[in-house]
Amino acid sequence: MSKAFVSYLLSLADNTLILGHRNSEWCGHGPILEQDIAITNMALDCIGQARNFYQYAAQLMGNHTTEDSLAYLRDVTEFTNCLLVELPNGDWAKTVLRHFLFSTFQYYVYQQLKNSNDTLLAAIAEKGFKEITYHVRWSSEWVIRLGDGTEESKDRVLQALDAVWSYTGELFQPADFELQAQQEGWGADLLLVKRNWDEKIKAVFEEATLPMPPTAWMHAGGKQGKHTEHLGFILAEMQFLQRAYPNSEW
Amino acid sequence: MSDSEKAGATQANGAWPLWEIFIRSRQGLDHKHVGSLHAADAQMAIENARDVYTRRMEGISIWVVESKYIHASNPTEAGALYDPADDKAYRHPTFYQLPEELKHM
Amino acid sequence: MTPENLFEDKIAKEIKIEPRDWMPEKYRQTLIRQISQHAHSEIVGMLPEGNWITRAPSLRRKVILLAKVQDEAGHGLYLYSAAETLGISRDEMYDQLHSGKAKYSSIFNYPTLSWADIGAIGWLVDGAAIMNQVPLCRSSFGPYARAMVRICKEESFHQRQGFEILLTLCRGTEAQRKMAQDAINRWWWPSIMMFGPKDDESPNTIQSMRWKIKRFSNDELRQKFVDVCAEQIKTLGLTIPDENLKWNEATQHYDFGAIDWNEFWQVVQGNGPCNKERLQARKKAWEAGAWVREAANAYAEKRKARESTQAA
Repeated sequence: MSKAFVSYLLSLADNTLILGHRNSEWCGHGPILEQDIAITNMALDCIGQARNFYQYAAQLMGNHTTEDSLAYLRDVTEFTNCLLVELPNGDWAKTVLRHFLFSTFQYYVYQQLKNSNDTLLAAIAEKGFKEITYHVRWSSEWVIRLGDGTEESKDRVLQALDAVWSYTGELFQPADFELQAQQEGWGADLLLVKRNWDEKIKAVFEEATLPMPPTAWMHAGGKQGKHTEHLGFILAEMQFLQRAYPNSEW
Repeated sequence: MSDSEKAGATQANGAWPLWEIFIRSRQGLDHKHVGSLHAADAQMAIENARDVYTRRMEGISIWVVESKYIHASNPTEAGALYDPADDKAYRHPTFYQLPEELKHM
Repeated sequence: MTPENLFEDKIAKEIKIEPRDWMPEKYRQTLIRQISQHAHSEIVGMLPEGNWITRAPSLRRKVILLAKVQDEAGHGLYLYSAAETLGISRDEMYDQLHSGKAKYSSIFNYPTLSWADIGAIGWLVDGAAIMNQVPLCRSSFGPYARAMVRICKEESFHQRQGFEILLTLCRGTEAQRKMAQDAINRWWWPSIMMFGPKDDESPNTIQSMRWKIKRFSNDELRQKFVDVCAEQIKTLGLTIPDENLKWNEATQHYDFGAIDWNEFWQVVQGNGPCNKERLQARKKAWEAGAWVREAANAYAEKRKARESTQAA
């Protein structure tokens, strides 16, 4: 398999791992027990998907690569997740809004990946698609609830929107491996994803009585390993044991 | 206060209402009461039930009822309500003596 | 029969008491106290282990730990629900927790310092909890017993994953073995304190056993736990930090050293290493969530109003 294919798998994996990491930070600290459990389910789904992608990539890379060497022994510049998923959680509004924006993106990506000409990738996407379908439902309901809830909740979603919107553009700016993915038929066409995504976001924002933010400057760089400062702290925490006690079984 | 199974957990101001959760564990079985939880509305109650009560594939269908809408019989009337069924043995098939060869009727 | 006799009769015949049945006020209060304390322990217990979710050393360990801590949230929820059938709301129980009026298991006031602590908590703390909880599945109060059945079923993987963590460490490098022994050294005594004060200093035990809320005394369960652990530690090749621990042929049990009850009461009274942090974390989550819960209510109201205008 081509190098681009592996890069593609790794970026899918990094996205879900880092988002899962962020969601897992809520475990034990949610606004109510029922939602603590709900967001932890999201985290479990995300990390589960990451494992599937990493395991597949590791198998192709050979050379004793494992899901854990990929997650725990690469440094910031080797991670190719989008910046959006590494942003700090902030409050519940920022968390659910980010989750909505990203899982809607994932939804349309996986929808296409289900028909990937790589059958293993298609199978992984098929499983993830079911999970993401629920994530979109859960997070869109929260965006609507908060947008159309109280004055305070609306205010908070608006602030969250202001904080994260400029990180959504990167999702659709194809990296080289994504262009190849589309050309060779194993990956998603991001233009098509973008069209669907725009429509869904618009519909949900409308119901949430939220304005569509204007198209303005968008951050990018994650896919090329140029991250925000936040990712370094995530990795420092996540990778600590593997780095402090190298070559150990856990 | 309602006369539901909850002996009167009057919900504090601002608390999400309490819901009773019923789950069908597989096709062909009745929905069975499994417990309760809090949710702001019915849709959220169903989703919370999915996350809370079906983490280990316990169900394929969920019913939710806001607890305050459950009406329950009064246990002090148990005698009047259920004892009269005690002496109606003729409602049960074992009441009837049939010849051996018809055992499977 | 008077309601009181009827109640006693049910207890004697092992018939469960259900929420709307008549029950002595003291029985109700004892249950509220015990069930809510148990629920609080589950959700405060999420914190020390939750510490290690983002630092778990492999993806497999990470998902296991996440699922486990999430289970504890679920268990707290089942227990709060059971207590709510007795006429107290979850919010009231939270108030009692946050104000310090309600207690939770003291063990969660100890810090988790290394990854091995996650193993030690699974093996010892969950082990002790299971020993406490299994008899509660037969508790005389129906909703409590049913919640416990569900909890025990889910709990069974918790202890096993803890032991597996320790076993992996013990089979690993010298540094990992040290890490495991250190964790057991710190968690052993607090774990056997989890069964509560000695029987002659446990004021509620006799009545609770008479009402069949509780089935075994603190000391009985503690002895059973020590006997089991003293054997299991052999598989790990580590030691239990008690030089008086030895098999007694006459009693057919393990003898063990004196428990430092002063430490126990200090932690109960709020002077444990993490009491303040734990309570603070719970309060912070609850207070920071207030606007979220409010917004969901407001939205539900709006939607209901809209639906009824549409229907009209």
